[in-house]
Amino acid sequence: MSGEKSIFGLSAAGRRGMVLPELDVPADGSLEELPAELLRAELDFPEVSQVDVVRHFTRLSSLNYHIDKGMYPLGSCTMKYNPKVNDLMAALPGFAQLHPRSPDRLAQGALELIDRLGGFLAAVAGMDATTLLPAAGAHGELAALMMVKAHFRKMGAGRTRVLVPDSAHGTNPASAAMCGFDVTEVPSNARGSTDLAALGKALDERVALVMLTNPNTLGLFEEQILEVIELCHRAGALVYCDGANSNALLGHARPGDMGFDVMHFNLHKTFSTPHGGGGPGAGAVCVKHVLEPYLPVPRVVNEGGAYRWSRDFPDSIGRIHGFYGNFGNQVRAFTYILALGLSGLRRIADAAVLNANYVKARLAGAYDVAYDRSCMHEFVLTGKRMARAKGVKTLDVAKRLLDLGYHAPTIYFPLIVEEAMMIEPTESESLESLDGFVDAMLAIAREVETEPELVRHAPHTTPVSRFDEVEAARKPVLRWRGAEAAARPPAKPAKTKEREAR
Amino acid sequence: MTHPYIPLTAAEESKMLQACGLASVEQLFECIPEPIRKAFQVDGLPPGPLSEPAIVSELTRLAGANWACDRLVTFLGGGAYDHHVPSIIPSLLFRSEFATAYTPYQPEVSQGTLQAIFEFQTLVCNLTGLEIANASMYDGATAAAEAALMACGANGRDQVLLSSGVHPSYRDVVGTYLRATDREATLVELDTTGQTPHAAVAGADVAALVVGYPNYFGVIESLAALRRALDPKALLVVVANPIALGLFAAPGACGADVVVGEGMPLGAGLNYGGPGLGFMAVKESLMRRIPGRLVGMARDHHGRSGYVLTLQAREQHIRRARAASNICTNQALAALASTIYMCTLGRQGMIELAKLNYHKAHYAFRALEGIEGVRAVFPSPFFNEFAIRLPREPRAVLERLEREDGIAGGIELGGDYKGLEDALLIAVTEKRTRQEIDRLVAGVRRSVK
Ligand SMILES: Cc1ncc(COP(=O)(O)O)c(C=O)c1O
Repeated sequence: MSGEKSIFGLSAAGRRGMVLPELDVPADGSLEELPAELLRAELDFPEVSQVDVVRHFTRLSSLNYHIDKGMYPLGSCTMKYNPKVNDLMAALPGFAQLHPRSPDRLAQGALELIDRLGGFLAAVAGMDATTLLPAAGAHGELAALMMVKAHFRKMGAGRTRVLVPDSAHGTNPASAAMCGFDVTEVPSNARGSTDLAALGKALDERVALVMLTNPNTLGLFEEQILEVIELCHRAGALVYCDGANSNALLGHARPGDMGFDVMHFNLHKTFSTPHGGGGPGAGAVCVKHVLEPYLPVPRVVNEGGAYRWSRDFPDSIGRIHGFYGNFGNQVRAFTYILALGLSGLRRIADAAVLNANYVKARLAGAYDVAYDRSCMHEFVLTGKRMARAKGVKTLDVAKRLLDLGYHAPTIYFPLIVEEAMMIEPTESESLESLDGFVDAMLAIAREVETEPELVRHAPHTTPVSRFDEVEAARKPVLRWRGAEAAARPPAKPAKTKEREAR
Repeated sequence: MTHPYIPLTAAEESKMLQACGLASVEQLFECIPEPIRKAFQVDGLPPGPLSEPAIVSELTRLAGANWACDRLVTFLGGGAYDHHVPSIIPSLLFRSEFATAYTPYQPEVSQGTLQAIFEFQTLVCNLTGLEIANASMYDGATAAAEAALMACGANGRDQVLLSSGVHPSYRDVVGTYLRATDREATLVELDTTGQTPHAAVAGADVAALVVGYPNYFGVIESLAALRRALDPKALLVVVANPIALGLFAAPGACGADVVVGEGMPLGAGLNYGGPGLGFMAVKESLMRRIPGRLVGMARDHHGRSGYVLTLQAREQHIRRARAASNICTNQALAALASTIYMCTLGRQGMIELAKLNYHKAHYAFRALEGIEGVRAVFPSPFFNEFAIRLPREPRAVLERLEREDGIAGGIELGGDYKGLEDALLIAVTEKRTRQEIDRLVAGVRRSVK
């Protein structure tokens, strides 16, 4: 084991973790009259004391790396400091205990916050309106694609295609496909930017949307962004900005001014809400007037000084969330923006971009930079040379970093860079901390020369070593079936058609 | 002066610029074309940073403008319930190790998150009576929508039957998702007992039937009978309240193929509707179609067992336009809250909790039903929520309860259901005391006299 038993293994009949309120009303006898087939027969849940629960999850927590421990240079993920005051504000009883079905007259503070946060984001984006309903970036993409679809449907235009660059994040094509669009990948040019000629060729009267990321997933600002967007608009297509990388632009430039029609922000990246080991996030979408009628409902409106939710938007795509999105994270992002002010937002981009360029400059000798020009908030290295010369792959370098006390960068993404290593330091790191990371990377580069085996078999100091992930996918065990089943793998491996990629 | 969140000092800045061969920070932004590189204002945003006391004061003002469950005794339900959140949840949840970690892409330094997700998957399987559960979806409504899409993919059909007993917002979300791919949902109206009529779902050549369990009116429907009536190839998708499953039959045991729902009642707190978490459990045969992340057991190179993200070939980062879903970031921390919750309550606690909810709701129901002019909407078995008709306009009754009794008395049904303009939906959780319930009953009696 990784050291910690399953919570089921800690169970002992009769233990309990909490005292429930007493039954202070008479039972009406109706329960006994229900047919047995409606009732539960048994429930296989652990029986543990509160001490067991606290220790189990505390011990588990100690097996995690996290941003409060140290630098987390995971490209595209913007692992920045998550201010504690944000969590405290979200926990204020007036927010944390507010029932989502409260009549609007009882939720004026929440509605004001949502309205103002939407306004802040629209202003930072250079757009006209915002929805905070999406629960994550990909949810925002999907909502935006639905709006685009509704728009062209309304126009009577049969636009069924979406273009995405080959460097795009996987959620872009996946969201487009989920919305019923035909997806075409457009190759990037030798400088890592959108290839105008290839884009021009791919554009036709059936293209509804071109989804760009700016700065793109190589950490590069789209140099010809104005020309690119103009080309798309001339073909009658709308243009989307995947704003996952907005940390680079805050206070310096706005997607709306570049000509983008719609974008999303990941509040859990740019606006510091904690990632929580994979979520919850929040994926605000900002639009220009052209798409505003299609925004999902409900929307906050202000009439005579009172806020209310309105669903009275006949062209809206409809609801995309059961309630109002991840409101707790909206409170956190709002708090964060107030804590920074406009000058602070701009300083974030200054520091994020300078930090990335500094780390790139220091690593450039020992590693190969995939596209060697001034980067924005992140950059991509290629481990191609090391892999060829020494048989040490990017995966190995990433694992060795874990030994040296750092989280690994994002690896094997974007897909257009062989043996990619994508590094995003964020503004949260001091020079000292950046130097520590660079020194660790340089030490690994030396080890690759002198002791490649050490790197190839890393990590050596973590609670567990590398897993056999192929085997795990071939014979998936996705739930606890008792200690014995866990100790012994199934005798006959099941044959599967799907091959597992990493 | 630096900002507390941004360590970079002026001295370090010049040193770093020098290392980059640059003269100014501005130069770093020269790749942005001149006309779009410009300063701008943000209405209502202070030009500079706010101090912590100023932030706390502003946010406290906003929070104070809400009438939350700390100030009102609530009988609101409708998909979100005022359950107690055990104190150990916030204390464990906001451990930096959980809250500030990313998605567990590097299993060697993420075993805490991975094992917790694995235990979440196991608990969801055991609770729902199905074989495979994913690591969470955005919320109950999107989980229902993704289940409908998965069903269409699984059996190659395009039509989804949607019971009108499914939460109205969930139905809207399912409709939004289906519309995007030119599919449709067909509404099946509840019968006069508040159940989805078996005859209306029989024999139809559909991808799935989606029903609530309990449904929006708190009614426990007979899943086994619906399964028997439904075309064998069609999937039975059940939207379940996880708290009810402590008492009522596991949907998997009644023939459900997919169980989804909102996990918020399991210790995630209300938070004005989010973050909660969608959960999704499916039969083994749907393992390669289920959207979202899955954690599986694995063995490391020393033979030790542990956990990894697995079967990723379904997901967007591998399969892109052909992925099972676009979901990437999910609701991991809320799933952790629910895992801690389910462990803390444990086998006995989950059963007891469900019974408490049941009995308190039934006590309230009997007392309200005893008021002259108040009638039950449906005669069927229910869990912790029920609908009643009032002889007065519900809005006026609710406003008076708020004003005079400090009670949020229920949800008006008229907006979502024709013919129920005189009805209220009332939920009673384990937190409501007999005294509070009696106050509600007295308030309603006074208002309708
Ligand atoms: C460039 C980019 N786009 C989109 C996404 C998807 O965002 P989310 O994970 O919040 O759905 C991500 C994050 O993973 C990303 O890095």
